[in-house]
Amino acid sequence: MTEASATTSAAGDLPVDGLLAAVPIALSLLVAGWALVATLRHRAPDRAQFAGLAVLEAALLVLTVVTLIALGGGQRPDEPGSFFGYLATLVCLPPLAWVLARMEPTRWGSAIVCTICLVTPVVLVRLQQTWTVLGG
Amino acid sequence: MADRQPTERPQPADRTRPADRTRTNSGPGRLLIAVYLLFAIAATSRAGLQIATRFEAAPMAYLLSAFAAAVYIVAAVGLGRAGRTGRLIALACCTVELVGVVGVGAVSQARPELFPDETVWSGFGSGYGYIPLVLPVLGLLWLWRTRHDLDLAAASRPRPSRVAPDQSFGPPAT
Repeated sequence: MTEASATTSAAGDLPVDGLLAAVPIALSLLVAGWALVATLRHRAPDRAQFAGLAVLEAALLVLTVVTLIALGGGQRPDEPGSFFGYLATLVCLPPLAWVLARMEPTRWGSAIVCTICLVTPVVLVRLQQTWTVLGG
Repeated sequence: MADRQPTERPQPADRTRPADRTRTNSGPGRLLIAVYLLFAIAATSRAGLQIATRFEAAPMAYLLSAFAAAVYIVAAVGLGRAGRTGRLIALACCTVELVGVVGVGAVSQARPELFPDETVWSGFGSGYGYIPLVLPVLGLLWLWRTRHDLDLAAASRPRPSRVAPDQSFGPPAT
């Protein structure tokens, strides 16, 4: 079973890889950094943070669509249960940050955006590990 | 002079304090709720998956995961509601978490065979960057710091008293 998926993985057709994952990770860290600066400067979440969250969500949705297309094309993740769990969580994170930051128009709103944008790359990396066999 | 000082001093303190006192569910409290939500999601999906796919492998570990997930959810709800009941719920959850993470951490170090698979609380939460260990402490500290929240809440929106307003007996309603 692992061999079969390993050979498909070796074909280089990993949907959750390369630019598709690197862009959301970079975006997320960028927004997290900006939100951290805002937190340290006692600033409420500004327009840039909300725009960043929106762009991040768009990138994650693109990733999801590409993944679903790959699934339609017959590729399968190694741990389907975890994979879809992580994927669903991942897509929900920026909206969660958005809603909580809207409820908290103080520096702590920025802290929430920062925290969630630091968690997003971790979930994305875990998502990659459930597709490839990196996690063992 | 002698009787002016005591009347003057408490007034500014009482006027300014409620403004800079923070409610349990706002400010840093909201950040705490966000982290609790993240852990609720993480623990719930993990426990759900483990129980659905391979419950027989380590039933105790997976039931513990599910229990931890429930505690995180209830703690988030308690902190979010932040009334008297909410604070009590949050207090209970943070205590249970702290006991759980320290207890399970210690047992998983001493008798690893009892926990064949990882739980959120294994190894003092090392799989989650030790945040499960820090989180209940932060929660308790936050509940302690906002312990006057209830006075403030009672002052801003008084509770409807059960007795009719014309019946004035018993201690005065505050």
